[in-house]
Amino acid sequence: MMQMGALEQPILSVRDLRVTFGDTVAVKGLSFDIHRGETLALVGESGSGKSATALSILRLVERDGGQIAGGSIRLGGDRPADITTLPPAALRALRGDRVAMVFQEPMTSLNPVMTVGAQMGETLALHRGLRGRPAREAARTALERVKIPEPQRRLDQYPHELSGGLRQRVMIAMALICEPDVLIADEPTTALDVTTQAEILRLIAELQQDMGMAVLFITHDLGIVAEIADRVMVLKDGVKLEEGFTANLFATPKADYTRQLMAASPRLGEGAPAPLDKAETVLEVRGLTTRYGGGMLSRTPATTAVQDVSIRLGRGETLGLVGESGCGKSTLARSIMRLVEPHSGSIKLLGTRIDGLSRAALKPHRAHVQMVFQDPYASLNPHMAIRDAVTEPAFLHRMVGQSDRRALALDLLQRVGLPADAIDRYPHQFSGGQRQRICIARALSVQPRIIVADEAVSALDVSNARRITDLLAEIQQRDGVSMLFISHDIAVVERVSHRIAVMLKGEIVETGPTDRILNDPQHPYTRKLLAAVPRLDPAATPDAARPRVPVPT
Amino acid sequence: MIAYLARISVKSVVTLFAIVTVTFIATRLSGNPIDTFLGDGLTAEGRAELIRYFQLDGTLWQQYVAFLRGVVSGEFGLSFVDRRPVTQVVGERLWASGQLLLASVTLTILVAIPLGILAAIYRKSWIGSAVMTVAFAGYAVPSFILAILMVLVFSYWLNWLPVVGNGSFLHFIMPTIAMSGVLVAALTRFTRNAMLDVLGQDFIRTARAKGLSEARVVLRHGLGNAGVTVISVIGLQVAGLAAAGSVVVESIFSWPGIGQLLVNAALIRDYPVLQFGVITVAVAVVAINALTDVAYALADPRIRLARS
Repeated sequence: MMQMGALEQPILSVRDLRVTFGDTVAVKGLSFDIHRGETLALVGESGSGKSATALSILRLVERDGGQIAGGSIRLGGDRPADITTLPPAALRALRGDRVAMVFQEPMTSLNPVMTVGAQMGETLALHRGLRGRPAREAARTALERVKIPEPQRRLDQYPHELSGGLRQRVMIAMALICEPDVLIADEPTTALDVTTQAEILRLIAELQQDMGMAVLFITHDLGIVAEIADRVMVLKDGVKLEEGFTANLFATPKADYTRQLMAASPRLGEGAPAPLDKAETVLEVRGLTTRYGGGMLSRTPATTAVQDVSIRLGRGETLGLVGESGCGKSTLARSIMRLVEPHSGSIKLLGTRIDGLSRAALKPHRAHVQMVFQDPYASLNPHMAIRDAVTEPAFLHRMVGQSDRRALALDLLQRVGLPADAIDRYPHQFSGGQRQRICIARALSVQPRIIVADEAVSALDVSNARRITDLLAEIQQRDGVSMLFISHDIAVVERVSHRIAVMLKGEIVETGPTDRILNDPQHPYTRKLLAAVPRLDPAATPDAARPRVPVPT
Repeated sequence: MIAYLARISVKSVVTLFAIVTVTFIATRLSGNPIDTFLGDGLTAEGRAELIRYFQLDGTLWQQYVAFLRGVVSGEFGLSFVDRRPVTQVVGERLWASGQLLLASVTLTILVAIPLGILAAIYRKSWIGSAVMTVAFAGYAVPSFILAILMVLVFSYWLNWLPVVGNGSFLHFIMPTIAMSGVLVAALTRFTRNAMLDVLGQDFIRTARAKGLSEARVVLRHGLGNAGVTVISVIGLQVAGLAAAGSVVVESIFSWPGIGQLLVNAALIRDYPVLQFGVITVAVAVVAINALTDVAYALADPRIRLARS
């Protein structure tokens, strides 16, 4: 990937960096170097201090309420500078020119009321003095460099007209427009689908080779590290646990924590639960179609989100539903629960047709199916104590009286592995993983026959995600509950699913036992999804074997 | 965009019809105008004749139909008081009210938006707290109290400013400030909240990471986005509040505008003037709202492009 000259001066040198947020110390004396043409991956779970480190390098951390309490950040090269002591004007001159950053959320990191061209032009005017036609030319070239189709047209478009993948390409183009010495990429692919992620990773690697910049790549995903990094630094609670060349670190991890992280990372071929052959059917969906819009007063034609989908779920079985964002998997789940009214098709739950039932008639059936959503921060009412939150569905379905709620809450919390003293606390006192446990406890309160987990672990870091999938499997073993497990990450789906259904543009293109789907995928799209999953073993992904997927138009 | 404009027009017409109807009913609920004009000493025959003369003898429904027919054909009738067409009576008041409204809204925008931005940027320092305290106090002081206090200080004690009429620039000062007080308070608070909301967004961090100056980050990226919501509030709320405020302020300063006319017409139950006056104000407010919708769409590409 690169030849690191150990004798060469580092382009960025961080020494004994300490970052505090109020009384909390987020980064506790961190030191590292990056050289030209090198990619250093900063790995850690949420709260490990990796983003605080990244934001400190641009001194943007001060805007988020943080403070650089000690240490130095030196930028090398022709014009060395100590970033920690730079006056504001000199600091601004350096941002976007010599050190640039790409953020995690492409959907919200671009200004929605400015065209792509105007946003790129700002950087050019500021650091290069380019305006008008030359600026437009330069912006177009930058878009070409990140392989955006029709760059000329994109300049006049607004961010909302672009997909997430294209927006992230625009972000990268904007960051690289002044050819920075250092590019900081803060989880740039976490919000993207696996196939888009593969494209973006490949793009960053190629651009680095062309431009010779140093890249600080922040991630919690070891699969990505294996694919992109020359060196790795593992961070936990603001302390560096381990640092080394990627291949060495993966081959012989020294710290226990690194080994735990590696074990928690999803990878393909870990082994899936064996298919259940003669399970009694609890849910049968036939020919389900759901459309949005297109009503009499609508200005837009109807879009078909789910097209003629048939699935079957057996007792105690988990069906993994995989597909990219926008493929209709969430709509399918919502249609099954009739949170969205399906257009046609039949839904049979425990032997009863529930399509066409009135709202009142549907209510008792709703208790049989419970959902766990993606964002554990948004799906709990912040003003509701945990005892009330977890027992609310049971209370609403009159399965528990006011006096017994506490006992039920204690039982539920125990079943999801939370301590009994959680009962009187409020959601903000828990971490993301713990909140997701609370959401699962809430779903369990009505003794459902089916749990629909819609991207339930996508917002969690690998360790927490692993714990949650383990918990779901354990609950299934114990209670015989069936699950519809929805995810864009086929590696996560594998470890919990007896069978997998692959969804593309509203249709299910392939269904089968997990082993068969993984080892003998029939549909080209399934093969593409599998190829896009980052491999944990750096040796196993030589450049030639990396996924080559066309840029979507 | 054309479909969007058509939808706004239909919405506006429906709103106006509702207002016209409510106005008609409300004026009829308040008693008989003949008794108010003439008082005692009127013979039964004379009274009946007057009622016929003013076309108040039909059933309520007949009066309503006649009234609607008039509205459609542009015939709004004659004032009960001086028998001149109400269009003329109201028309000659329009410009005075328009001037006051324009002056107040302009003053409000010029004062409130910078204050709101300051309060957002310095929300953690004394500057932010000071701005918000003043804005909060301004919100709590009714315009008539502000008006009376100003008259007391600047006219009665200091004798600097004229109280009655609209003859010169000096006449504008107190009514404009009295009208603007509440509006400034409301718009400052709103601008501050909108700016705080926007300044916490991810793209603001992106703008800073580019190396842009703080002024450009706040004005171009911050206000550029907050402006979309601020425009809608200026149109939807500020215009409405100003219309309501003009009734009070014009009466206090004897400003020869529609607000003062309406108060007088209501006191003597001059139905035709009252009806047409309310309709005029309603048309103005609805028109401003419709213009706001258009401005909002122009300012936000997400709306503009979705509807074109």
